Amino acid sequence: MKNTKIHVDVDALKARHVLLKEFRYELRPVVRGYNMRTLYVNVSSNEIKEKAVSEEMKQKFTGGKGFGLKLLWDAISDTTRWNDPENEINIAMGPICGNTNYPGSGKSLVVSISPLTDIPIDSNVGGYFGPYLKFSGFDAIEIQGKAERDVIVYVDGNQGLVRIFEAPGEAVDSHILAEQMVELFAANELEKMHISTVSAGRGAEHALIGCLNFSFYDRRRKVSRLKQAGRGGIGTVLRDKKIKAVVVKYSGLSGKSNNPVDLDKLQQTGLKLHKEIIALDDQQCRMRQIGTAHLVEIMDEYDLLPTHNFKFGRHVKTPKINSHAFYDLITHGLPDGCWFGCTMACAKAADGFRLRTGPYKGQRVTVDGPEYETVGGCGSNIGVFDARAVMEINFYCDTYGLDTISFGTMTAFIMECWEKRVLNAERTGGLIMRWGNWKAALELMHQIARGEGFGLIAGLGTRKMKQYFVEHFGADPQLMQDIGCECKGLEYSQYVSKESLAQQGGYSMALKGPQHDEAWLIFMDMVNNQIPTFEDKAEALHYFPMFRTWFGLQGLCKLPWNDVEPADNAQTSEPAKVPEHVQNYVDIYNAITGGNLDKQALILQSERVYNFQKVLCMRLGRGRRIDDIPPFRMVGPVTTQEYKSREDRYDQQLREKVGVDPAGKSTKTKLKILRRYREEQYQHLLDAVYKRKGWTPEGVPTPEHLRKIGMDLPEVLAVVERHLR
Amino acid sequence: MKYLKTYDEKCIGCNQCMTACAMAFFKEDNPAKSAIQVVALPDGGFHLVVCDQKYRKCVDECPTQAISINRQGVVMINKKLCIGCFACVAVCPIDAMRRCDGLENPFKCVACGVCVKGCPTQAIEIVTEE
Ligand code: SF4
Ligand code: SF4
Ligand code: SF4
Repeated sequence: MKNTKIHVDVDALKARHVLLKEFRYELRPVVRGYNMRTLYVNVSSNEIKEKAVSEEMKQKFTGGKGFGLKLLWDAISDTTRWNDPENEINIAMGPICGNTNYPGSGKSLVVSISPLTDIPIDSNVGGYFGPYLKFSGFDAIEIQGKAERDVIVYVDGNQGLVRIFEAPGEAVDSHILAEQMVELFAANELEKMHISTVSAGRGAEHALIGCLNFSFYDRRRKVSRLKQAGRGGIGTVLRDKKIKAVVVKYSGLSGKSNNPVDLDKLQQTGLKLHKEIIALDDQQCRMRQIGTAHLVEIMDEYDLLPTHNFKFGRHVKTPKINSHAFYDLITHGLPDGCWFGCTMACAKAADGFRLRTGPYKGQRVTVDGPEYETVGGCGSNIGVFDARAVMEINFYCDTYGLDTISFGTMTAFIMECWEKRVLNAERTGGLIMRWGNWKAALELMHQIARGEGFGLIAGLGTRKMKQYFVEHFGADPQLMQDIGCECKGLEYSQYVSKESLAQQGGYSMALKGPQHDEAWLIFMDMVNNQIPTFEDKAEALHYFPMFRTWFGLQGLCKLPWNDVEPADNAQTSEPAKVPEHVQNYVDIYNAITGGNLDKQALILQSERVYNFQKVLCMRLGRGRRIDDIPPFRMVGPVTTQEYKSREDRYDQQLREKVGVDPAGKSTKTKLKILRRYREEQYQHLLDAVYKRKGWTPEGVPTPEHLRKIGMDLPEVLAVVERHLR
Repeated sequence: MKYLKTYDEKCIGCNQCMTACAMAFFKEDNPAKSAIQVVALPDGGFHLVVCDQKYRKCVDECPTQAISINRQGVVMINKKLCIGCFACVAVCPIDAMRRCDGLENPFKCVACGVCVKGCPTQAIEIVTEE
């Protein structure tokens, strides 16, 4: 089915552009994965300049998220909030980024102070923007200031040209804006593939959960696709800066664009993984067939699929939203990589999808996804077991620039508040927020986009809603704290962590807030029982966050690391680490940069940046032990209903772990005892993990540790000293 | 459809076809740079590996649409569009899409027929089928 055509009147758009600033720079090739310069753009003053990357910056921060955080640290003060002009949106790539050989090498890392958490958020996103910006000459773009009127920032990497111009005519919603950008900047059909746009949407103008869309032009579908830097509200920051789009154009990509030291080794390592994926993916994760949505039925089977605001982990209706249900909606047989050379090809999409609500009702569109997280958040967690409805929520979240994970988790909270009569039709302005009411969920989102009604309250996110419900609706503060699934202000991503203590830590200790990209330990911990002691868990909560941080330093995707495994992986000494793939990463890093990294030095690169990010949170007044405490819903059963749903398991735990006989006790009493036990366990875990990470019991990195890992910069030590006093 | 048809049973393993192909396209007598590969089998016989222009999996796999089928039905790589990812090499079920150290792009048989003349036993021939 064909999409509804988006008509773009290029001349009309151009006629209204007002050039504010033009900057020319010298074109230089990338050398061994680095440009050794970054681009600074200020949309208040319209200053544009390049900044040199020092050898020290490269050594200490490596690249990607490391560069983004370093630039952010230097740009802000201790009191900077998300909507202050000095807050930045930094998009950085990393030395490995942009190679076309190793699957998953096209990621951009975005860093900004989050409107949800007041600390730095970092987001890892596909699409062509990062690699093209890198080959245009920069290791990062740093965007500061606030424009007076809507602007577009444009980088032409072949002409060595950066422009800021006023753009009043362009759309705000991403699926239209991205099309407008390819029409505006591509001279012909082929060049469309050479353009990538970063944008948000109307939703991001009225909600704190705004996301960024990074586009890539799909030559076969003839449409601009969108990948999301979803977490933490960076789209909100973009629109607060009155930036409609940041666009890059670069023609001339090749296998040598990074000027690697050892192209043969790079190609060989990439080809080895391509072959592994082609041979094994059909039996392993089926990423090439259906993308991350394959996880839906697995999570349901293991009682981990968040259902009704994380109360339960499975549902009889899951087959209506599992991978097979979505298989029928998406287009098959296309090389769906979000960057060239990713044969994992998980970036699926449905085409000619007909919308049933909202401003684009009746139109046929391409919907990117759905990813597992979107199905969990905007499906089971809000009780929507209707694949088409999930698709539509997915589409509107994307084009409105809203994070599907936060939207799902926060809507689940609203629906539970409805169930518990904290909310009613009067309070929601008529929206019937019952489990499964996808029309109401969509109407809530359209309200956010229009900036009206209950949508404005919802758009504040879970943490601020809790407060609002207590203050305005007389809700019980303890209940709000227990069932509002956020930590540090960020909504949880979509896994039930109740039965895995390690994952509770993986979520709640994650620096930016509860996203599973630092650690996903549920199978190791709960299913396979490989990390039984606190020390084991602490070791896992040290190693995996450090290892995974490295993807963010390099511009890599996590998925090709362990969503495909070598055939003999299970026979290795540490299968959870996928040792052969770790060696691949060491090899391609060395092949590109000419370095002599090994597996230990890899972890050290991460540890420096990880601790730097931690101290940056502390500098902004957070990063304390209390900031790492999860809401109880993510730790255990809050209600008797939840207790009863897993009564055998919980009774057994009382008997065997707590040493209390459940017989004859009321559910309420058992709940209380279990809660006390689990909360204590969590505190023990915190102690063990902080110790392993080289931090004090308050979660402060010690100066000795910082010296040991080479992150003893004076400004870092100064913040730490302040907290140790 | 035009393609290089092979007769394994006639091959004597003289490698003349590989020389001819590599010389024609890379000006080098290097078997690694030949689009046809003579593989020695344990039983003393030989197996000829070359694109039969039929599977065409590479055409679907290429992210930039650098691979297409020309009017004669031959699968061709457009080097201007190729970004050297080698996904096509990985996906080829018969190993006919080739990669060689030192080269930026993959290569394959274009059914030019140069090798045919070099073969002393007529183990290969260019065939055109409907
Ligand atoms: S695995 Fe998926 S998300 Fe990762 S780079 Fe490949 S296509 Fe993109
Ligand atoms: S190596 Fe070139 S021809 Fe082969 S799939 Fe990649 S881009 Fe296409
Ligand atoms: S037909 Fe031409 S391209 Fe094919 S193997 Fe023979 S010489 Fe090489």
